[in-house]
Amino acid sequence: MKSLAELEEIRKRTLEKVNLRKDRGEGIRVVVGMATCGIAAGARPVLNAFMEEVAKRNLKNVTVAQTGCIGVCRLEPVVEVYIPGQEKVTYVKMTPEKAVQIVNEHIVNNKPCIQYTIGAAEKRN
Amino acid sequence: MELVRSHVLVCGGTGCTSSGCEKIIKEMENQLKKNNLDKEIRVIKTGCFGLCALGPIVIVYPEGAFYSMVKPEDVQEIVEEHLLKGRIVKRLLYDETIEEDDTVKSLNEVDFYKKQMRVALRNCGVINPENIEEYIAFDGYKALGKVLTEMTPEQVIDTIKKSGLRGRGGGGFPTGLKWEFTAKAQGDQKYVACNADEGDPGAFMDRSVLEGDPHSVIEAMAIAAYAVGANQGYIYVRAEYPIAVSRLKIAIAQAKEYGLLGQNIFGTDFNFDLEIRLGAGAFVCGEETALMTSVEGHRGEPRPRPPFPAVKGLWGKPTLLNNVETYANIPMIILKGAEWFASIGTEKSKGTKVFALGGKIQNTGLVEIPMGTTLREIVEEIGGGIPNGKKFKAAQTGGPSGGCIPADLIDTPIDYDSLISIGSMMGSGGLIIMDEDTCMVDIAKFFLEFTVDESCGKCSPCRIGTKRMLEILEKITNGNGTMEDIENLEILCKNVKSSALCGLGQTAPNPILSTLRYFKDEYIAHVQDKKCPAGVCKSLLAYTIDAGLCKGCGICAKQCPVNAISGERKNPYKIDTEKCIKCGVCMEKCPFKAIFKNH
Repeated sequence: MKSLAELEEIRKRTLEKVNLRKDRGEGIRVVVGMATCGIAAGARPVLNAFMEEVAKRNLKNVTVAQTGCIGVCRLEPVVEVYIPGQEKVTYVKMTPEKAVQIVNEHIVNNKPCIQYTIGAAEKRN
Repeated sequence: MELVRSHVLVCGGTGCTSSGCEKIIKEMENQLKKNNLDKEIRVIKTGCFGLCALGPIVIVYPEGAFYSMVKPEDVQEIVEEHLLKGRIVKRLLYDETIEEDDTVKSLNEVDFYKKQMRVALRNCGVINPENIEEYIAFDGYKALGKVLTEMTPEQVIDTIKKSGLRGRGGGGFPTGLKWEFTAKAQGDQKYVACNADEGDPGAFMDRSVLEGDPHSVIEAMAIAAYAVGANQGYIYVRAEYPIAVSRLKIAIAQAKEYGLLGQNIFGTDFNFDLEIRLGAGAFVCGEETALMTSVEGHRGEPRPRPPFPAVKGLWGKPTLLNNVETYANIPMIILKGAEWFASIGTEKSKGTKVFALGGKIQNTGLVEIPMGTTLREIVEEIGGGIPNGKKFKAAQTGGPSGGCIPADLIDTPIDYDSLISIGSMMGSGGLIIMDEDTCMVDIAKFFLEFTVDESCGKCSPCRIGTKRMLEILEKITNGNGTMEDIENLEILCKNVKSSALCGLGQTAPNPILSTLRYFKDEYIAHVQDKKCPAGVCKSLLAYTIDAGLCKGCGICAKQCPVNAISGERKNPYKIDTEKCIKCGVCMEKCPFKAIFKNH
């Protein structure tokens, strides 16, 4: 170890790997429904797309988690986004492309993608 | 970069290792592979989470789901339900984490963790102790870097002095002062050493730090070496801690590889090397002079002080000797500042203290609390109370060197001075909880048996005195004691306390003195009434069958290992007290609860 900068380098590099375990308090949570219905409808690529996009943009306060069946199996894959202090937003019939868009528009710019929400899907029916 | 979406932390402390965590890790890896999840989910073996009673423990992040008492056959369910489908397996969760409305609460809100504050244990159960980069990610070695590049040795010592940190091995000597004495001592060669010879029955704080976060001790020793002007360190750890020793070895090798031990650390002219010395597990080697004699390769026996190690230590050179937990606090004090540390705790006892909670308590395990927390909070809130609805009787702090705290002093704040004032001591952190079924004379006898075994024999007060004290205790528990014996015992205790050579002998009478102080009536009951009020001392017990309740089934007679019970079917049976060995099997097996223990 030759300098503090070198130490900081290792710290940053490893922090990304252990960040999942850090107590982050009130951050943004993206929850992907990963029950049998969700997986069958393609939740796994959606989850991966969220993970990749969050990592690519280096969003430290976002947790991507999974949950069980949310209940509306016909609209799977379902994803819920929790931003502290705001109403939870439920997205339905998700795809990896939509996931990228949601990270960019909703999580980064705080503009929910209304067209993909459960409300919009219900209206169409 | 590989995307990992979930971390599965499996406790690899000694407690969970003995309850089978290795099998769980293996099964977890197999199951993950089977479900094609091995790329996106990482399994990490960590140090102790603290709740050893519920081991093996598995925590899944990012959800923070806390699974307790996991069995290898449960792993498939966790993988298929939780990791694949995202449904937390509630059946395996630690009960306390489930709210009444069936939602899962965060670990920090659980009673066991709520009142705790983790400073020395900050990384235990969080990082992989066998990976130096994870320690670095959690600000590891940053304190060493700061010290070497921005601070003078005097500033470091000043920071430690201002923090108010006191020795965590039990003595409670101000750490900063010790560092200053060693720094000021004259000598061409100085050493730093770490006392990891944790010997109290029931204590495992230091072991858990070494197993869960070995780098924190290595980093702190390097900081100490810089502050006192040493370039060589020794960690004296008992060979009975194989997991701690192997993790320490790995950690030292990694620190050398990363240039955090060795020559020109952080590009400065500071050099520091570290070696492990294995102890054979003698209790006396936890005493500082005996420890150093043992490190030098001689038989571990103490010598008189002064000279103190700060003046004449290892090989006659000035040596700084601190305990594992003391060291574990150092990096945090450097990083967060003396004021931060001094803001925790009480006026004279700063910071936190780790306790190994054991005995008659629901949540056996490792807890770290701010100084000044009351014993009641530890027993009733963190510890979850006494099992089976029994009453709290006393707590033993400081193991065989300490004393007991009776139930009416349960609101005593835990700090160095409060404990001394009630005749106990902080000790290294063993905290044994006793309920109403514990005989205090028997407890004193237990600890005396330990010190008689462990006395090194160098000085006669300890070698002979402890043996005579034990003999008197045996006489009393056998029902042959006299009131004069109790008086003699007290006199003998005071003599040994004031004349023994080292800490072992000087503190050996403490368990007797404190039980005499708070539970003299129990001693008197053994002597005058020939009764053991708690029903423990076998010689003073008699088992009898209540003729009215006995249905004459004969089960007791069949179970009795010495054929002491006789009788005819359908008639009340009888116990021959001459033959009876008082094992209690008959009472346990009687379906009609007709057998009683008279005490």
